[in-house]
Amino acid sequence: MPSISKLTRRDFLALGAVAGGGLALGAWLPGQQRGSAADALQPGAFVRIDPDGSITIWMARADMGQGVRTSLPMIVADELDADWNRVEIIQADAHPNKYGGQMTVGSSSVRRGAWTRLRQAGATAREMLVTAAATQWGVATSSCRTEASEVIHVSSGRRLGYGALADAASKLPVPASPRLKEPSEFRLIGTRVPLVDTLAKLTGAAGFGIDARTPGMRFATVLRPPVFGGTFDGCDPAPALAIPGVSDVVEISSGIAVVADNTWAAFEGMRALEVNWHHGDFTMSSADLSAAFAKALESPGAEARKNGDAVAALSGSAKRIEAIYEAPLLSHATMEPMNCTADVRADRCEIWAPTQNPQGTQSIAMKITGLPAERVQVHITYLGCGWGRRSAMDFVEDAVETSKKIGNPVQVVRTREEDMRHDYYRQAGMCRFEAGLDAGGRVAALTCRVASTPIYGRALAVDGNGVDGIARSPYRFANFRVESHPVVTEIPIGYWRSVGPSQNTFFLECFVDEIAHAAGRDPVDLRRELLGDNTRARGVLDLAAEKVGWGTSLPAGRARGIAIVEDKDSIVAQVAEVSIENGEPKVHRVVAAGDFGQVIHPGIVEAQVSGSVIAGLGAALGEEIVLERGRVVSGNFRDYQMIRMAQAPVVEVHIVPSTGDPGSVGEPALPPIAPAVANALFTLTGTRIRKLPIRL
Amino acid sequence: MASITLTVNGHAHTVDLQPEMPLLWAIRDVIGLTGTKFGCGISQCGACTVHLDGQAVRSCRVQVADAEGRAITTIEGLSPDGSHPVQRAFAAEEVPQCGYCQSGQVMAAAALLASNGAPTDEDIDRAMERNLCRCGTYDRIRRAIHRAAKEG
Repeated sequence: MPSISKLTRRDFLALGAVAGGGLALGAWLPGQQRGSAADALQPGAFVRIDPDGSITIWMARADMGQGVRTSLPMIVADELDADWNRVEIIQADAHPNKYGGQMTVGSSSVRRGAWTRLRQAGATAREMLVTAAATQWGVATSSCRTEASEVIHVSSGRRLGYGALADAASKLPVPASPRLKEPSEFRLIGTRVPLVDTLAKLTGAAGFGIDARTPGMRFATVLRPPVFGGTFDGCDPAPALAIPGVSDVVEISSGIAVVADNTWAAFEGMRALEVNWHHGDFTMSSADLSAAFAKALESPGAEARKNGDAVAALSGSAKRIEAIYEAPLLSHATMEPMNCTADVRADRCEIWAPTQNPQGTQSIAMKITGLPAERVQVHITYLGCGWGRRSAMDFVEDAVETSKKIGNPVQVVRTREEDMRHDYYRQAGMCRFEAGLDAGGRVAALTCRVASTPIYGRALAVDGNGVDGIARSPYRFANFRVESHPVVTEIPIGYWRSVGPSQNTFFLECFVDEIAHAAGRDPVDLRRELLGDNTRARGVLDLAAEKVGWGTSLPAGRARGIAIVEDKDSIVAQVAEVSIENGEPKVHRVVAAGDFGQVIHPGIVEAQVSGSVIAGLGAALGEEIVLERGRVVSGNFRDYQMIRMAQAPVVEVHIVPSTGDPGSVGEPALPPIAPAVANALFTLTGTRIRKLPIRL
Repeated sequence: MASITLTVNGHAHTVDLQPEMPLLWAIRDVIGLTGTKFGCGISQCGACTVHLDGQAVRSCRVQVADAEGRAITTIEGLSPDGSHPVQRAFAAEEVPQCGYCQSGQVMAAAALLASNGAPTDEDIDRAMERNLCRCGTYDRIRRAIHRAAKEG
C-alpha cells in the first residue's frame, strides 16, 4: 500500500498524490476542529484511484457475515459513481486512527453517522474528478455528469475516465461540502449486487483466523481453570509432553498453553495435563443464580426509567396483573472457535485475528509486548461468526503471550469445550412486572423490576443493558417505572447479538400479551394503542399483521403469536405460526416486517432478518448454559442445542420502503421471535411461558 | 508415527502421522488445505465434512489410518473454480453469511445430490441435519439445494 504514508494529515478528507500518480483519499470526520483530539477518530473509508482507472476501497470494519465487506464499499462507490466492476476491496489492518473506529459492534458500521461520512468520502472524490474534467475541457462543472468511473460533458458527449483525471484531481482543493445524491439518484445503494466474498466462502479460499499460516508457526491450545475465579498451582507437564508432537507446556496469565506440531496434538496434550486447580470461592449453580435474582427482586432497585407516577396509577387501577419472567445465560457458540495467531519478535509483532475489535487487539498486544503501535501489525481475517464474542480480548492475549513465551509464531485455538466453558455469556436475567388496567381495559400503569448480571461484571447502580428493551421500547407508557438490580458474580458476561433486548423483549412482549388477554383485547389492537404516537412502529406492526393475515383462520392445531421491538434505530415485528408436534413447539412460518431506514442491500437485510430469526429461535427453544458449582457444564453442541435444518422455518421478510437514516440490520430481528413463539404457544395451550428456553 | 499415504483431491501425500490422528487435522495442519473447518471435534456440526470415496463424512471422526487408500475430496477439490452445481446454486442464492460452515454445507449437499438427484424437503432435512449454521442460512441452503437439483 504505497500511498498510506501520504494520509497522515489530520484534515477532513486528506488528499494526496499517490506514488506513481493517482488520487488518494482518506475520510475524516467533517465539521470538527482540526487538531482536536477527536478528529482523527472517524470513520472507515479510504479510497484510491489509480491512473489505470482501478479503484481501491479499504474496508476497516470486521465482517462476520453481516455483509459490510460489500455494503460499506457500495456506499462509497455509489456517491463516487464508480464502475463497481473495477472496484477492489481490501480488508484494512488495524490502525490507531487512520480509519476511525474499527470496533464492529452494536450494528454501528452503517448507522450512527457512518453512513453520511462514507457518502461524503465518495462524493468528495467525485466532485474533484468532475472539477478536473471541467477545467480540462473549459466548461462549467454543472454541465458535467458522472457514470461508471467516467466524467461526461452532457452537451458534447465528451468523456474522461477517472483514471485519466486522478492526478489532476489530486492537486485540487478539497471541497468543503460536496453534494450528496438524492436517494432517487442511487445506482448501487438499494440494489442486490453479488456479495464480493461469496465465491471465496464457497471454495474454501476465504481465510478465517484459524486458517492463518506463517512460516515456522506452531499450534497451541490453552486450558483455563474450570471454575470461574479459580487459579492453579502449576502442573506437571510430563504427561502432555509425552504426547507425540507436543513441544512446550507454558503458563500464561489465563491458564496453561500446550504447544505442538499440529492442533490435534495440542488438544491431546491439553487433555493429558494434570493440573492442581484452586477452585476459589465461586460455587454457584444455575438454581443459585435464579435464587439470587429472585431475592434481589424482593426489594426496590435503582430507578432506570420513570414516566408519570406508576405507583399511584397502579394502586388506583381497576385490575392488576403480575408476572415473573426469566432468561438463562447463553453462549455465542460461534462456528469458528476462539483463536488467534501471533508472531512476537523482539522488535515487532504480527497478529492475525478474527476480531471485532482491531484496535483493541493492537492495544493489548502493545501492552503485552511493550512495542509501539507502528511495530504491532494486526491483520483482520474473516470471522467465523461474531455476535459480540470477538470484541473481547482473551483469545488475543492467549496467542500474544504464548508466542512471546516460546519465541515462535503460534496459532492458539480452543477446543469447542474450552470455547463454550470460557465464553463471555449473554447476561441472565429475571424480571417482575406489574400492570394496572383501568375500567375500560386500557393500561394505566406498568412497573418492572429487573435483576441481571451486568456485562463484564461492571459494578453499576443501573445495569443499562440489563433493562434495555424494557426501559427503552417502542411503547409510550404514560405511567411507567423500571428498576434495575445488577447481580454481580464471577461469571464472565459479555455482548451477545442484540444484547439487552435478546432477553428483555421476550419479557416485555410476553407480558404485553398477558395484558391483552387479561383485558380481553386483541394483541395487535392493544399494541397499536400502546405504541401511541410511534407511527413508525405502528406501520411496522400493521405491515406484519397484514402480510401474515392476522385474524384469518389457520389449520387446526396452529396458532399465531406476535411481537415487536425497536432497537438501534430499526423496528421489527414478527408473527410466528406455531403448532405442537411430539410435545415440542414447531414453528412453521415466520412473517417479519421491518423498518431499517434506507436499505443499502436488500439481500443482506433479508439474510440478516432470516438469520436473526434462527438465532432467536435457538434461544427460545433450546439454548441454555448450565452452571454447576461455579463451572459451566455445557461443553459442546450435544448439550447446547442450536437450531438445525429441520427446525428452521420459512421466514418471509417485508421491508418498509424508507429513505431515512439507516438503522441496525444485524440485530433487531433477533429479539421478537422468542415472544412471538411463546405467545402463539399460549394460544395453543393456555399456559403462559415465562422462562427460556421453552419447555412444554 | 507411521508413514501414511493420503490421496486428497487426486494428489497422493505420504506423511508421517499418528495413525489415530483425525483426518481433519492431517488435511488442515499437515497437508495444508484449510478450506475444511474445525467446529466441534465430535461430529456434531459438520464443518469438517469431506468426501471419502464419494460419501460425506465428518473428518474430525475419521482416523487417518482408515482414510488411507481411499479417495478424499475436500472443498478445494470439488471443482477447480467454484463451478460445481452446488457451488453455483449456493452463490446464486447468496447463501453464505460468515461463511465458516459453508465448506461443510457444500460438501454435504454435493454428496446428497450425487445420490439423490431430486431431494424432497424431508430428504434435505435428513441429509443436512448434522451441519450446523450459526448464522441461520438454512432457508437459503434449502433453496440452493433445490436449485442445484433443477439446474444440475
